[in-house]
Amino acid sequence: MSRSVIVGASSSWARALLSISPYTFSAIGIAIAIGISVLGAAWGIYITGSSLIGAAIKAPRITSKNLISVIFCEAVAIYGVIVAIILQTKLESVPASQLYAPESLRAGYAIFASGIIVGFANLVCGLCVGIIGSSCALSDAQNSSLFVKILVIEIFGSALGLFGVIVGIIMSAQATWPSKTV
Amino acid sequence: MYGFEAMTFNIHGGYLEAIVRGHRAGLLTAADYNNLCQCETLDDIKMHLSATEYGPYLQNEPSPLHTTTIVEKCTLKLVDEYKHMMCQATEPLSTFLEYITYGHMIDNVVLIVTGTLHERDVQELLEKCHPLGMFDSIATLAVAQNMRELYRLVLVDTPLAPYFSECITSEDLDDMNIEIMRNTLYKAYLEDFYRFCKKLGGATAEIMSDLLAFEADRRAVNITINSIGTELTRDDRRKLYSSFGLLYPYGHEELAVCEDIDQVRGVLEKYPPYQSIFSKLSYGESQMLDKAFYEEEVKRLCLAFEQQFHYGVFFAYMRLREQEIRNLMWISECVAQNQKSRVHDSVVFIF
Repeated sequence: MSRSVIVGASSSWARALLSISPYTFSAIGIAIAIGISVLGAAWGIYITGSSLIGAAIKAPRITSKNLISVIFCEAVAIYGVIVAIILQTKLESVPASQLYAPESLRAGYAIFASGIIVGFANLVCGLCVGIIGSSCALSDAQNSSLFVKILVIEIFGSALGLFGVIVGIIMSAQATWPSKTV
Repeated sequence: MYGFEAMTFNIHGGYLEAIVRGHRAGLLTAADYNNLCQCETLDDIKMHLSATEYGPYLQNEPSPLHTTTIVEKCTLKLVDEYKHMMCQATEPLSTFLEYITYGHMIDNVVLIVTGTLHERDVQELLEKCHPLGMFDSIATLAVAQNMRELYRLVLVDTPLAPYFSECITSEDLDDMNIEIMRNTLYKAYLEDFYRFCKKLGGATAEIMSDLLAFEADRRAVNITINSIGTELTRDDRRKLYSSFGLLYPYGHEELAVCEDIDQVRGVLEKYPPYQSIFSKLSYGESQMLDKAFYEEEVKRLCLAFEQQFHYGVFFAYMRLREQEIRNLMWISECVAQNQKSRVHDSVVFIF
């Protein structure tokens, strides 16, 4: 194991962190990417959904139109799935001697950070879209001309998650593992 | 946490909030009122109402309609909606909804007690009670001779019991005592409701404390105006004011010593939100004050719907419906008694 490049004191947090396998980091990153994204999506869907079914009792016309808010929330989960798949394709096996090489560590951290970025960006995006979707359902029930206007706001909200996905993918492109021949 | 209700409010409240907003869309609009004001007979009113949400409740009524029937059916609709919401509600919303009815409960107690005092038939009185303020033992109220018995026999089992602690005396009931009792109860009720809303926190606390403060101030002004020229002392008068609101505490000190309506006006004009109410009235006029306050209240209640994720909408909706029923009652009475010129005197347009 070549840990000579970055060395922590024999008992310190830095050292403990360095001793965590890059594969662990990668796996946690992937788990966060999909798990937190789905949490955000689910959160948004219940906020929208509960208002939507209530408002649809007096104004049934709004249901099919406002399903789009639910779909926007759902898209957030799909972002998470896509990024998780991209991240897991980045995983490569390296010889045991190369496991703690700087390049391996960098790959592990890159995948970890990418997962966190995507996960939390999608969490807040799902919340944002959910709350706007709920208001959208309520105001559409009162006045149908408001639907398109609020939909525009909702689209801007759902773009937030996309930013996270873009940065996450660029970030994970940094992840290259040491070649097996060395 | 203020501003973060949006994240968790909908777990319990989202569905009902959407429903109550749906109900609000069914309130009569200015166009409806214009049509209703044109009516010549009560059957015309029924016809106009049949196109609104009141339709199903009125359609099976036989033709010689009475004002009371219309009001009864409209109230029935409100009660049905309330019961439906109550069934769906979870804590703390169900407690909040219960609080809304306590005001009617107080009114019913006072109605029955005053009625018995004047030897009216209990059954007849029970029919006049507001259905939202009913409780199981209400019919037995008639047996009570003084405040202590009233409390011990009947009210101890009702939610009003804690409010009674301040007005238990062994004095016999008379008109003055009953009126003081009503106001003491109402004061305790408003303060309790206010504390409860403050405890809920967030947007509910903000909006409800505003609405309740207005209610408390309006009651303070009404108490002052009604007690001018009676034997109620200044200290007793001040005891009836609720301990919150815009007028608390300095306004109350000034109101307590008012001797006529123009002095009341002088006190209230120091408070910018109430200035606009009085600017519409000419000096020495108090009949129109009620309407001016109702108009202001309706305006504030409508504003409660501008914000989402709070319980104020339930309170606002119930109050707006009650105002609407008062309007319908007034319009029907005017039509029934051929006083159509006075129809605009007391109707408060909601939108």
